[in-house]
Amino acid sequence: MSAGAGSVQPRFLRLADALLLLAAVVAIWQLVYAVAGEVAITPPLATLGFAAHLLGSPVFWRHLSATAIAFGASLAIASAAGVAAGLALGFHRFSGAVAEPILTALYSLPKVTLYPLVLLIFGLGISAKIAFGVMHGVIPVILFTMSAIKAIDPVHLKTARALNLTPVQTACTILAPAVAPEIFTGLRIGFSLTLLGVLIGEMFASQRGLGFMIINGINTHDVHTMMAVILLLTVFALSAGALLLALDRRLHHRA
Amino acid sequence: MSAVARTRLAIVATFMALLELLTRTGAISELVIIPPSAMATHLWTLLATGQLNAAMAQTFANIAIAFALSVTVGFVSGAAIHALPRLRRLLDPLLASYYAIPFFVFYPLLIALLGLNRWPLVAIGFVFGAAAMVIATLNGLDRVPRVLRKVAKVHRMSRREEVLRIVLPAAVPYLFTGLKLSLAYAFIGILAGEFILSGGGLGFSIAFSYDAFDNPTMYALMLFVLALAVALNSSLDWWEQRLMRRRGRA
Amino acid sequence: MIAPGTDPPREEIRAQLNGVTKTYPSALGQSPVHALGPVDLAIGVKEFVAVVGPSGCGKTTLLEILGGLNTPSAGEVLFEGRPVAGRVPQGIGVVFQEDASLPWLSVRDNIAFGLRRVGLAAAEIRARVDYALDLMGLGAFAAAYPAQLSGGMRQRVCIARTLVLRPRLILLDEPFGALDQQTRLLMGDELLRLWRDTGAAILLITHAIDEAVMLADRVGIMSARPGRFIEVIETEWPAARDSRIAAEARFGELTARVWSKLRAESLKALGRAELASEQGPVQ
Repeated sequence: MSAGAGSVQPRFLRLADALLLLAAVVAIWQLVYAVAGEVAITPPLATLGFAAHLLGSPVFWRHLSATAIAFGASLAIASAAGVAAGLALGFHRFSGAVAEPILTALYSLPKVTLYPLVLLIFGLGISAKIAFGVMHGVIPVILFTMSAIKAIDPVHLKTARALNLTPVQTACTILAPAVAPEIFTGLRIGFSLTLLGVLIGEMFASQRGLGFMIINGINTHDVHTMMAVILLLTVFALSAGALLLALDRRLHHRA
Repeated sequence: MSAVARTRLAIVATFMALLELLTRTGAISELVIIPPSAMATHLWTLLATGQLNAAMAQTFANIAIAFALSVTVGFVSGAAIHALPRLRRLLDPLLASYYAIPFFVFYPLLIALLGLNRWPLVAIGFVFGAAAMVIATLNGLDRVPRVLRKVAKVHRMSRREEVLRIVLPAAVPYLFTGLKLSLAYAFIGILAGEFILSGGGLGFSIAFSYDAFDNPTMYALMLFVLALAVALNSSLDWWEQRLMRRRGRA
Repeated sequence: MIAPGTDPPREEIRAQLNGVTKTYPSALGQSPVHALGPVDLAIGVKEFVAVVGPSGCGKTTLLEILGGLNTPSAGEVLFEGRPVAGRVPQGIGVVFQEDASLPWLSVRDNIAFGLRRVGLAAAEIRARVDYALDLMGLGAFAAAYPAQLSGGMRQRVCIARTLVLRPRLILLDEPFGALDQQTRLLMGDELLRLWRDTGAAILLITHAIDEAVMLADRVGIMSARPGRFIEVIETEWPAARDSRIAAEARFGELTARVWSKLRAESLKALGRAELASEQGPVQ
């Protein structure tokens, strides 16, 4: 994304930048509260309070674990199936060429419009939620994996033959490190999208989970709960995203 | 038609035929899925009798506005961020994790701010599409080859000339990618928003027919949305091919 | 730093550098980098000057400072007697090592690129572009796009694009670096033809010693970083020359002379300075 311009900055400046960004967000938040009022949003400090309160409530933890289980399962399935399919389609060029436009077309579909179909097949419950999550996350994983395989420089394979490596050795020592960075990028994007899918699924097809808590908050005008859950989710999404991004950068040797 | 295209067509056709067979014979219950042919005929009826016109008009308008906004604001912001490296460093982690944040949840807030009309929905479509345009703009501006900037200096170009005659043409392939993504995201954002949060439009119609157990209408609409998505993406792809054909790979 | 007597007489100087140095300021926690100089260089009105030196010695920096693409930390830069102040003066053309052809324009439009802005009449533009197409052998490809051309041809497009503006000084920074040896030699011939046809002064930066000796009137040899001129050699070739000058015995002598000066500097740049004093095979 960026040309790595931040890599030369000493740590404390980067921290200062992050704090600056945080301060800006809080300021805007406070401003929006001043304009929109109590009916739509709660101010930063109050939201933190509600969030802390939630973290102590067992009801919240039950919803959280429902989401966590669904998310964990979707992520595992989307990653495994995505990488497997991506490897197969990447190595078998013809299938890859046939499949790619179909996959991109599916990716640009508003998957939300397929939800009724999913519900009709899986019924209401955790399997539907997992299906939503997988639906959202699997395609980027496949596409990135395919792209990683296609980008393997033939020179690497020639080097492997020149060194008399066995297929297993070639796969482990040459191919895997070559494709790992891009596959990881796909997994990183799949992570965010799978979470989104699970949350959206919860928002209208479940009685449990954080997505349900949000939509319930909207429907019962419980702005406090809604904002607190949104805050916690956003913090989680951003921290996990930042962590994965850091790992991604390291894998790509972008320091 | 190439072997690849023929195979693809064959696969899609086979899938459709299989689905048709399974649904007609009752192997898959009609309560779950109706036959593709029934979807198509029902869709045709809906279109011909003009029943979809209101919903279509609303959705298309929403998408168009959201798309136009995301592209313009996204491009301008991207250019501005590119010119301010400190700002860029600040925003990088935000841009990277952007799509993890479930923006739909801000809908009530948007209603409070913008009123109970199409604008909260457009805002959501915009929020989805703008980030894609910003990222694509940053990428495109990054990738203008340094030597071309030197060429601008050698030709004694003003800053304005450099941007118009060198930077922008060089960045066009990446900007076009941003355009495609913005449209796709605006499309997804608006339809998803209509579906979840109601108010009108095609997305809402799908949710409504689901709640009303009206499978024929629901599937007809889903088919329509699918066809629309494919049509939009294909036309943009085709246009991109034409534009980029002579350039070779950027 | 130049051997006395080799500079052209004052009235016939097209461009010059006097005591030019370039130092890059320190990044956080590092010392400043002394990249170039001090260097003095004078290029005569119709002269062909080549500069060779080890990698990293500042050859490109020198070219860019002379052309106004970079500013010196000290010293003065003059083009036709007037100072060059950080802007490329009218009358200087530059050809870079990387492919600078504009991929969204046809060959013809690429070449006409600089002309459209200066308000020339369409007929005049067409005439100049046709001339350049002809001179560079691109006539058959006028409607093609750079993506369809080989590397050598794309460089020819860039040279043509520079030509049509009728520069009085052409700066070339390793223009043939990406090409194979045989194409390089032929491109060198084309460059000479161009030089004779247009009457411009030329400064060629190259790491290929044979190319420098073959093409230039004078060859400046630079030391390792920070680059300074160790010696300037006069080739005394006739103006009507081409690559077949390699058959002359003098060509071999000059090339050997340049390398003998350059070898130690190159080893230094490579970090193997200790090998410089070893005995050679032939005494």
